[in-house]
Parts: sequence; C-alpha cells; structure tokens
Amino acid sequence: MAANAHGKTNGKANGSTRWVGTRPVRPDGVDKVTGRARFGADVHLPNMLVGKVLRSPHAHARIRSIDPSAALALPGVKTVVTRDDFNDLSSELVPAGEMMVNYRDVVRNVMAREKALFEGHPVAAVAAVSEKVAREALALIEVDYEVLPHVLDVVDAMAPEAPLLHEDMITVGVEPAPTTPSNVAKVVTFEIGDTGAGFAEADIVIEREFSTQPVHQGYIEPHACIANYSEDGQAELWCSTQGHFVVRGHCAKLLGMDVSKLRVTASEIGGGFGGKTVVYLEPVALMLSRKSGQPVKMTMSREEVFQASGPAAGTRVWAKVGMTNDGRITAGEAVLKYQAGAFQGSPVQPGCMCAFAPYDLAHVKVVGYDVVVNRPKVAAYRAPGAPQSEFAVESIIDELAKRIGMDPVELRLKNAAKEGTKAAYGPTFGPVGLVETLEEAKAHDHYRAPLKPGQGRGVASGFWFNIGGETCATLNLGEDGTIALVAGTPDIGGSRASLCLQAAETLGVDVERVRPLIGDTSTLGYTFLTGGSRTTFASGMAVVEAARDMIRQLCERAAKIWDIPADAVEWIDGEARPAGSNAGEFEPLSLADLARLAGKSGGPFVGRAQINAQGAGPSFGTHIVDVDVDRETGRVTIERYTVIQDAGKAVHPSYVEGQLQGGAVQGIGWALNEEYVYDDKGRLQNPGFLDYRIPVCSDVPMIDTVIVEVPNPTHPYGVRGVGETPIVPPMAAIANAVEGALGLRFTDLPMSPPRVLKALGDARMPEAA
Amino acid sequence: MARVVFIGNFRQLAGGDAEAEIAASNVRDLLRRLGERYPALAPHLDEGIALAIDGEIHQDALFSPVRPDSEVCLMPKIAGG
Repeated sequence: MAANAHGKTNGKANGSTRWVGTRPVRPDGVDKVTGRARFGADVHLPNMLVGKVLRSPHAHARIRSIDPSAALALPGVKTVVTRDDFNDLSSELVPAGEMMVNYRDVVRNVMAREKALFEGHPVAAVAAVSEKVAREALALIEVDYEVLPHVLDVVDAMAPEAPLLHEDMITVGVEPAPTTPSNVAKVVTFEIGDTGAGFAEADIVIEREFSTQPVHQGYIEPHACIANYSEDGQAELWCSTQGHFVVRGHCAKLLGMDVSKLRVTASEIGGGFGGKTVVYLEPVALMLSRKSGQPVKMTMSREEVFQASGPAAGTRVWAKVGMTNDGRITAGEAVLKYQAGAFQGSPVQPGCMCAFAPYDLAHVKVVGYDVVVNRPKVAAYRAPGAPQSEFAVESIIDELAKRIGMDPVELRLKNAAKEGTKAAYGPTFGPVGLVETLEEAKAHDHYRAPLKPGQGRGVASGFWFNIGGETCATLNLGEDGTIALVAGTPDIGGSRASLCLQAAETLGVDVERVRPLIGDTSTLGYTFLTGGSRTTFASGMAVVEAARDMIRQLCERAAKIWDIPADAVEWIDGEARPAGSNAGEFEPLSLADLARLAGKSGGPFVGRAQINAQGAGPSFGTHIVDVDVDRETGRVTIERYTVIQDAGKAVHPSYVEGQLQGGAVQGIGWALNEEYVYDDKGRLQNPGFLDYRIPVCSDVPMIDTVIVEVPNPTHPYGVRGVGETPIVPPMAAIANAVEGALGLRFTDLPMSPPRVLKALGDARMPEAA
Repeated sequence: MARVVFIGNFRQLAGGDAEAEIAASNVRDLLRRLGERYPALAPHLDEGIALAIDGEIHQDALFSPVRPDSEVCLMPKIAGG
C-alpha cells in the first residue's frame, strides 16, 4: 500500500506491481523549479515581432468599418490583420475539449466579423517591432461601431424581447421547430421512467432554484504563442495548449493550410483545466506572421485572459427531488439554463447527464437550455457542466436527509449507483466506486470528529464520465538501454510521470531509465488533447501497447541471436529468457544487452502504438468539509476538508492527491468568492486576481485525501481518470456545511461575505455566542 | 439482437421509441441499421455521438463489437476539461 503523510490509498488494486503505484520524483520537476522549463512565452526567434490584439470596448456592437491605415503608417508596424484576412467558414462541427465546436463560430471568436459579441472580442491585430509600437498602433486603428443592446444573464437572454446575438439562430431540439430566432441555441432532454409516478411515490418533495456564476479556470500562465510562417507556405507554432494536434487542426482550417505544413509544439503549460483546449491567439499570430514574413509572438495580459477567454458557464438551475420517509429517492427532475457565452455550445448536455448520476433512480427528467449571452464564449473547466447541476441536486439531497433525520452519507449509500445500476443518463454502470467512497467517508475520522460551536459540516458526492480517444505513443530504445518515451498529450497534471511508470512496469525496467517528452505534431500520429481526464488512461494504454510492441521486437531479436524460434523466448523482469528448458540453455539478454547488439543484429528498436482508447471508467468522489462562518464579516472559513475518490488505480499517488486537492481548492473558490462583475454597459470590472478572488494557500487548510481503488477493467493497470471529478462536490458540500453552521440554505453562488452578511441580516440571525 | 436504448433528444429523433432491437455485429452495422430504421436519426449518427455498449463508453469506434445480447445506449459525445 502506498501512503504518505497527506493521504492514503485503500490499496485494493495494488497487486504486485513494481512501479505502478509508487512515487518517484517527477521528471519535469528540476526544470520547473530552476526556471529552465520553457513555457508559452519563453521561445525567442531572430527578427521576432510582437503581436497585440485590438479588442471591442462594447459588449454588443455591429462593426460598420475598420480602418487600419493610420496604424500601418506608424514606423515599426509591419502588418495588421482584421476580419478581411480570414475566410468565412461554413458550419462544421469538430470535437475540441468538452464539446463540439463549429468552425463558423471559431473563426468569428478568433476575429469578430459582422458584430462584436462581448467586451474584449478581437477586432484587429497588429505586428510591430516592439510592444510599445504595437500598442500605439492599436490606438490608431479606427473602428466604426453601432452599439447594440446587450444581455448578460441567461434568463434575460431567453426572454422574447431580449437582444439577439445571432439573428439566424433557430432553436434546435424543439418540435415543431420555431419559426423565429432566439438566443436559445438548443434544448436537450434526458428522461427515464415516469417522474409523475415517481413523485407520487414520494412522502417528501423538495424543489429549489439555484444559480451559479461564470468562473474562470484561473491558470497562472496566460495564453501565449510564437508563430513563424515561411515563404514556402510552411509554418511552425509554439504555444501553451492542452492539445497541439487540435490547435494544428483549427489553425490549418482557419488559414487554409495543409496540416502537414504546420508543425505545432506544445510548450510547458502553466495550468489549463480545460481553458486551453481552444484557440485564441494562435491563428492570429500565424496570420500576422504570414503577412509580415517574420516570426510573431503574442501573449495575453491577465486582463485579456479574463475579458476574452472562456470561463465555465454561469447557470440557473431548478431541481426537484422526491423521497420516501425511509430515505428512498423516488424521482428527480431538473431544468438547467446554461450560459454559452457569445457562441453556442455550453456544457449543458453533460450537465444534464451528470445531475442525478450518483443515484440509482427509476424516474429522472432533466431539460437543458444552451443560451448565448454577451460574454466570452465558455470553455471547458474540469468536468464541464457537472459542478453546476450537481450543486443543485446534492444540496437538495442534504436537505432531504435533514428532513427525515437521516445521516447524509447513509442516505447517499441507500440510493448510491453501483455496478449494474442503470445510470440516469442511460447506460448501465460497470464496476464503479461510489459506495466505496461513501464507506470511506463514513469511516474517516474527519466525519466523526466533533465540531466547535458555530461550525458546520457538509458532505456531497460527484460524478464524471472520463474519456479515451485517439492517442499515439512511441518508445525509442537508446544504444545504452535507456528509453525515450514520446507522447502526444501535453502534461498538465503529471502525466509524464504516470506514463513512465506504466512503461517501466510493462518493460520490467527501472523507471529512471525511461525519459519522457511531449512530441510535436510532426513526430507522432494524431493525438487528441489532454482533457476529460483521459491522459493517464488513454496515453497510458498507448504506452503499454508500445512497450508490448517493443517487447515483441526484443524477443524476436533474442530468438534470432540464439537461433531459436521467436515463440521460444519470453520477456521477464526486463530481459529475454529462453521459455523453458526445451528452448535451450542461454544467458538472459537484458534490455541493455539487446540495445548494444541492435545495430549488428537488425537495427534499432522502436515500440509504437496508435490507438483509439475506449472503455474509460467513470469516476465518483465524496467530499467532507467543515466550515466556520464569521457572523460579523460573513466570511466562510474552510476549517477542514477531505476528498475521497475512486481513481481505479493511482499510478503515481502523489499526482492523484494533487489532482484531488487542486479540484477541491478550485471548487472552494467557485463556492465562496469567484464571480465576474460587469457594469451596466457589459464591461468587466474585475479582470485581475486582485479583484477576482481565487483561493490562495492561506485561505485553505491542508486538503486531506483518500484514494479508493476500484479498478477499471478496460485499462491494463485499472486506471480511471481523476482530474475532473474533484471539482464537482465542493460547492454543494460547502453549502451544506454553511447550512449546518447557520441554519441558512444558500442556493446562489458564490457564498461571498456580502451575500452571507445579507442572508444573516435577512434572517435576523442573533450574534453567535 | 442488441437492445438499443434511446435517451435525450435521440428518443425524439427515433420517433419517441425508448428502445429498439437491432441485429448488428459491430458499431458500424448498428449505426447503419439505425439510420435505415430511423431516417430522422441518420444525420446525427456520423458525428457527436457516443455509444455505451454494456456500460462501456465507445466514441468514434466503428469496429467495436456488439454482441447479440448487448445493451447499447446512444449518448451525446463526451469530452471534458
């Protein structure tokens, strides 16, 4: 069993592995702590220009004209790009991150065409010899706007009289199809059973309305890239991204290039959390470089990151749950209204599918609305769509438990989804670990520890699907027997370490002999991005397959050297051995032996795999949190927090713990402080970390973790994804804890000091003793 | 024959059917036969869907096997952050 001071695993899947489940030092650690690691803005090229973006000051405006002539006349300005430089693209859906994206919208999000749809929407861009000149040039570009009424709130945007963002948007998913446009892009419905009958069985029915604010992923490294377009139509691009193959595809489409002529290298990445699965600067930098004939570097300021890169969707949710007096949940319903931002494609669909996923329910109905508003287009953020809907359901579950006097963990155990449960979104679950997380919660000393006066304790569970997808990996055996591992999934959460461990385990070699790197788009076949908690699962499967490919080659080579049949050789503990006495008596050939003999015996060894990984294992988690509420200031303090989650198999437990802790802390920010503040003109008032308050170390205690291991049978070592689920439970867990402390149910996030104070005042709460 | 389960908007596109029995040996066969039986569903089967085959999610996997007793649930494609 692997364990450290901060967490523990329950060890169910540890088996007899030598490397998988251990905690070696991270292979990228030294470069990061010494400053050698190269992030998005760290590449410098000769004759490099600086690119800057002119952004709309209006939340909604028609663009009558753009005149860059004065900017172009400024000494030091090399070129300007506007909407006229990008071809209009027809509607074409492609997968990217959390959802399908439409190229018609991607090109408009990168550079506004007919209208500016949010404050910060790019309208033009300049390449100049310095940032100073570029900024001066931006001020010289004349844009003639017709300012239009705007709408920020999802419910307001759904009103018949709301300003229309897209005059041709007809709602999909409604029969008969509407004949007039609206801001509702899509309506989705998920239904199993008969909720009418289910609620009729209930003794208690609770329904509530909830709201959540858009929240930013808060990655520390802003978007950055360097483009270098050559005279023969080929280009190189370095960028901070979760998926350089996806960037290549998007950029090639927007610039009308063959993908083979665009080589994209993923830099080290200073956080993504889903927010770096789309393109913003990259096509613009390439276009500036193409027009200027020089390399162009672009970086966003923090203000631009907040103004113009996707947050998680703000939502309004109505939910209703019925239950019998003995704690059996009989039915659930919800209506989800999700902000998509300026273009359709909010994560309302997964929101619908996840809302009731933790429970074994016969009757569920969830309706979701995808609604455009004059805000930046939303982007994926850990378990996109799930935290908002599960906040509502998990809050009501807690209220139901209190109503009948049942322990909230017991109530969840009584209704928990398990293997064989027909999930509320349709399929039947295979092996899943929700019950195990709840049992661990019940047994944890946190759950039984006494609370101080005025404190409250909350629990909540959460779910995410996890995914697989197209993935390539290569293992190159060096002449000294060491191995270069090449993966195509940028490392945003420790995947290089987890891939090395899986390679070492499969090959039977010391993990220190495996050195990882993230290959550029020319070194590997197409590999989908790092997202959906897929990398340790899918790239892990590819690496294991590549290792097996190499072992096959090594055994064949040993057979050739020994002059025996290939099937008379087996690979054990990192060396080729004769398979039994009938194969002959030979000294084993180690990896280093075979590497040394490679040239003379047939050439180098390269293990390859190209797969479309299927069968990702769903992940459940349960969180426990204790809060203290200052009745004078309204500040909610997290006193203690425990995350319990099924990882399937924790390949590198320290990284898994880090994911659980990181998700919980981001959820704490979502619950307690984070929100965008706009003025009445739709202009963001808090585009910076001073006024947009994400948690810092002093805001949170050490987050305790428990890793449950219910193996995913599809993966060679049992891996499930772990990065998404931990952000799902915190909002409800904290709201449930605050209710425990104050006796007040908060249904609107964030539970920031002003809101808590107002609620205390409204309730005329007496001062705490 | 495999039992295909329609949820969400797929049920609407399948004329309100909650389930269908389809004879198919793999995902490609199954999708083709679904498209033939439910023309309104056909345009949506090329992109943007996932299949849960006996609880295991398959995306863009035309040759994943489907057993005669499989439960196949049509779902929107899943990704993540």
